[in-house]
Amino acid sequence: MGALTLARWQFGITTVYHFFFVPVTIGMALLVAVLETAYVRTKKPVYLRMTKFWGKLFLINFALGVVTGIVQEFQFGMNWSSYSRFVGDIFGAPLAIEGLLAFFLESTFLGLWIFGWEKLSPRLHAATMWLVSIGTILSAFWILLANAWMQNPVGFEYNAEAGRAELTSFLELVSNKALWVEFPHVIFSALATAAALILGVAAWHLLRSNEKEFFSLSAKFGAVALLVGSLGVAFSGHLQGQVMVEVQPMKMAAAEALWQNEQPAGFSLFAIGDVQNSRNSFNVTIPKALSLLAYNNLTSEVKGMADIQAQEEATYGAGNYIPNVFIAYWSFRLMIGFGFLMIAIALWALVRTRNMESRRFLKLALWGISLPFLANSLGWIFTEIGRQPWAVNGVLKTADGVSPTVSSGLVWTSMIGFTVIYGVLAAIEVYLMMKYAKAGPDEADGSGPSLAY
Amino acid sequence: MEQGIWNLNTLWFTLIAVLWVGYFFLEGFDFGVGILLPFVSKDDVDRRVVINSIGPVWDGNEVWLLVAGGATFAAFPEWYATLFSGFYLPLFLILVALIIRGVAFEYRSKDARPGWRNRWDWVIFIGSLVPALLWGVAFANIVRGVPIDAAHEYAGGFWNLLNPYALIGGLASLALFTLHGALFLSLKTRGDVEERARGVARNLGWVALVLMLAFLLWTYAAHASGEVVPGVVPIVVLALMGTVPWLVGKKLVGWAFLFTGLTIVLTVANMFTALYPNVMPSSLDAANSLTVFNASASHMTLKVMTIVAIIFTPIVLLYQGWTYWVFRKRIGREDLAAQSH
Repeated sequence: MGALTLARWQFGITTVYHFFFVPVTIGMALLVAVLETAYVRTKKPVYLRMTKFWGKLFLINFALGVVTGIVQEFQFGMNWSSYSRFVGDIFGAPLAIEGLLAFFLESTFLGLWIFGWEKLSPRLHAATMWLVSIGTILSAFWILLANAWMQNPVGFEYNAEAGRAELTSFLELVSNKALWVEFPHVIFSALATAAALILGVAAWHLLRSNEKEFFSLSAKFGAVALLVGSLGVAFSGHLQGQVMVEVQPMKMAAAEALWQNEQPAGFSLFAIGDVQNSRNSFNVTIPKALSLLAYNNLTSEVKGMADIQAQEEATYGAGNYIPNVFIAYWSFRLMIGFGFLMIAIALWALVRTRNMESRRFLKLALWGISLPFLANSLGWIFTEIGRQPWAVNGVLKTADGVSPTVSSGLVWTSMIGFTVIYGVLAAIEVYLMMKYAKAGPDEADGSGPSLAY
Repeated sequence: MEQGIWNLNTLWFTLIAVLWVGYFFLEGFDFGVGILLPFVSKDDVDRRVVINSIGPVWDGNEVWLLVAGGATFAAFPEWYATLFSGFYLPLFLILVALIIRGVAFEYRSKDARPGWRNRWDWVIFIGSLVPALLWGVAFANIVRGVPIDAAHEYAGGFWNLLNPYALIGGLASLALFTLHGALFLSLKTRGDVEERARGVARNLGWVALVLMLAFLLWTYAAHASGEVVPGVVPIVVLALMGTVPWLVGKKLVGWAFLFTGLTIVLTVANMFTALYPNVMPSSLDAANSLTVFNASASHMTLKVMTIVAIIFTPIVLLYQGWTYWVFRKRIGREDLAAQSH
């Protein structure tokens, strides 16, 4: 494999892996802050126990999110130096701002939260977790600003003399419409991820009749958060689809395996593609539904891949501008499917109050932990693969972004190194998460600085 | 092109220098504490005292590196691209070290089995030692100059980075950070750990002095080719370092810590002034060197970044300073002995 392919695999592996932990961090920080605030307001001991128990799982997860984020910060320079030179004038600023505004905030106040139980007043202590939560959300905002620019590049011009893209309007970067649908989508999915984890772990204990009061309260808390999160994901995802069809029509066409223009267009449920002949040999659709999703009406035309390919060739020159349709189509479909399953679980949990005693429901909720992780990974795989061959949509191809001086041997070295270490750390993390999740609140309880090292 | 000192390019060069200074001052001592972990503690309680002395702050200290990296990307994309694709393997090793080290701090206490804790202790040791050594190697190479071609690409290999001057730089940073950490430990702990850390500092003071002397003389003689003459800075550094063992002997540990801190500040500042206006001098041809002007982002980006930095840097400094105030007390065995885990 050449350095380009390897660098892409490395980016994919390290990023998907990083994003196992990030949504848990974002969602849990918020939910733990809510729980601690409930304790400060009501003084009910159960909320303090919930804060500490779920807080401990939060901390085990947080560590891996942070350390895998360091790789993300430097990987652009290591494997993608041409990309960095080309886009650094725009792309670097949000990364630097993320560090200054978000990383300092979350790391400093998390240190205060872990070690400050006896040194800070209860109100101030709860405030530190709110600041951690704000830090994680700001971090998501700035890195998504950078990603949204890759999906929908705005506020720049190409400087031919310098051979790079240069910033013309910071305001346009911040008001990028791709950002304002992507950001809520990610934040709601993070909330849903943490919520599904809480609901699932609580279900595990309820199946064993451990601490019924503690865990049925936790399960209800998780179910409410899961409903808010998964509904938010669906609505923001719908808006995101409408922006996508406008700024990245090719990605939407690939997601739907839509080869030719259709008016009105149907939403495909199951298709078997015939990529060589640019058609589907088999396709089950809901008539007019794609027009409805994309344009909120039953009549609009949705462009197909053949048409967009011809347009892009006319604009950018000969080449293949169609991404991997199989991956785009199935990752998009499965992501949405898993998302709807999350909504169903949350609704089922909340509509029938006796559910927290139903063994069938509790088993389902336990398996439900996996849903947001699958949906999150598929979502990123879809949005990044669906943008290919571009790194920056319509501006810079992925193939032109790789480091020219870094040999495939070097990329192999770092890829094997990171993958092995990430694998070992994943095993350790799962071991610790399960150990503390199963141990229950007493293990995580205790007084004083029990969360210290 | 604009020239002279009064421009945003030079301001951002200075700010990035300040970020590295802050990073090495702060993470310097927590690297040192990690390196000393196996040597200043006799049992698990001791080791927990050592680790908890930096527990609330090490992660915040590390963010200085991430912001330095991000700021370099934003303000000098060419520098970021050339440096990190060129110094590929050392950077990979540093990243691996920082990954396993960060996880070790969090996970060590999460299981009481001695074998588990013992393994994480070695991870903390290696994860602290490798970056403490390699940052010195990397910065010495930047000052020395590396092969950079006309396209601003790194044209050397891994072995170009392993030269005597860079190795002296690495050993000097390793010794200096370890000393800095020993002094931090003897300021922040009580009892046996404090005693042992002070003992280490007294002996290590001389080693660090000799290595710093060698590194600074070599830098001054061979590589201070920039526009700014470092003047008396190296002499001040050596004077500060020379008094550290004496201060430690007199139990003036606070002063000694201040002096190793100043040594780090002045040495890093000295390296950056020796570079200016280059950011990465080329050893092939001076015309290929990356400078604060040819490696920089556009004026617009520098302006935006300046506004953001002016607003938020003071806030960050305030709350990070406040953390150190909250956790200003020394830690001893009795603080941890009451707990079972």
